[in-house]
Amino acid sequence: MSLDKPYQDIPGTTIFDADMSRQGYHLNQFCMSLMKAENRARFKADERAYLDEWPMTEDQKQAVLARDLNRCIALGGNIYFLAKIGATDGKSFQQMAGSMTGMSEDAYREMMVKGGRSVEGNRYIGEKK
Amino acid sequence: MAHITASVYTSHVPAVGAALDLGKTTETYWQPVFAGYDFSKQWLKEQKPDVIFLVFNDHATAFSLDMIPTFAIGTAAEFNPADEGWGPRPVPKVIGHPKLAAHIAQSVIQDDFDLTIVNKMDVDHGLTVPLSVMCGQPQAWPCPVIPFAVNVVQYPVPSGRRCFMLGQAIRRAIESYDEPLNVQIWGTGGMSHQLQGPRAGLINKEFDKMFLDRLIDDPDGLSKVPHLDYVREAGSEGIELVMWLIARGAMSDIDGGKKPTVRHRFYHVPASNTAVGHLILENN
Repeated sequence: MSLDKPYQDIPGTTIFDADMSRQGYHLNQFCMSLMKAENRARFKADERAYLDEWPMTEDQKQAVLARDLNRCIALGGNIYFLAKIGATDGKSFQQMAGSMTGMSEDAYREMMVKGGRSVEGNRYIGEKK
Repeated sequence: MAHITASVYTSHVPAVGAALDLGKTTETYWQPVFAGYDFSKQWLKEQKPDVIFLVFNDHATAFSLDMIPTFAIGTAAEFNPADEGWGPRPVPKVIGHPKLAAHIAQSVIQDDFDLTIVNKMDVDHGLTVPLSVMCGQPQAWPCPVIPFAVNVVQYPVPSGRRCFMLGQAIRRAIESYDEPLNVQIWGTGGMSHQLQGPRAGLINKEFDKMFLDRLIDDPDGLSKVPHLDYVREAGSEGIELVMWLIARGAMSDIDGGKKPTVRHRFYHVPASNTAVGHLILENN
């Protein structure tokens, strides 16, 4: 019997469950390695060579190289792990979060200052606003 | 006997720590956030707790995907602030309380909550930002801290109900410790926020207000709110709020005592991507 995943009808949201964690294990562990200064330096010096040290899929490597965080998440990445890439790049958490929304950095910041994204119309996929 | 005298609840937004560390607390953006803790800093100085039992979550810092403990108690003598990728925060090392932590571990496990015991762990912003907002920038933290890490990274995280009942077991454990210690329990994380995907930036003030109201007046009912409601209403990272129920479960009214006194309540949007909530409850 398959597991019940009632959280799959929430728009723009991927729940990092056991299946996603399994798919993203090496991607996330690569991210984890960036917590050491010497690894950050090696990654920055040659990103592709550093990624090739990890048994990640080619899709995962391409998503990291493109800094496409939505794609990384779809391939099993978790935001707290992916944040290590952002830290290596000198990005704030707000810049990282904003990059996944299709909004400009300024527009995202402005939305947050004005109270954030409303939950109205954002609870269910296909819900009318 | 040791006693839990109060519980403190606060968000642990990393940008708040960075704002403090970089001297930005008086900037227009940050001033209202830090002002919400002015009372709390003074209150903490007057309360002089002997130990803080601090419930937080690790953000892929001490625990990678190699090990994902649901509940982990820090039993070490000290814990270093972690390098989360930006370098370690310039804050004091966290001094533990191994004797009380070991006592709590033994008691709580015998009370049917299977804790992971952690004798070596660096602590990230989840633990140090609450200390910073409550203590400012001291040379040393005011008292020993027992770190208690909850998995809220990989789903399923423990339910609100499980957390609430665990808090009750922690209270029984602390109150069976022979030394007359003044212990505070802090629950951290939240409030509404989502850091991932096209829905990032979600804030739900109505949910947060409801959560604060019910945490004070109806914690038992609140503990029955399912995961899905947190994620849908308060964002995928809003699920951190289950940790507040551990601290609330440890208050004496849950075990037939008097209702706690609300000493302070604060709410502000935004800090970076997050709604900041803060509450202080004193046991009676």
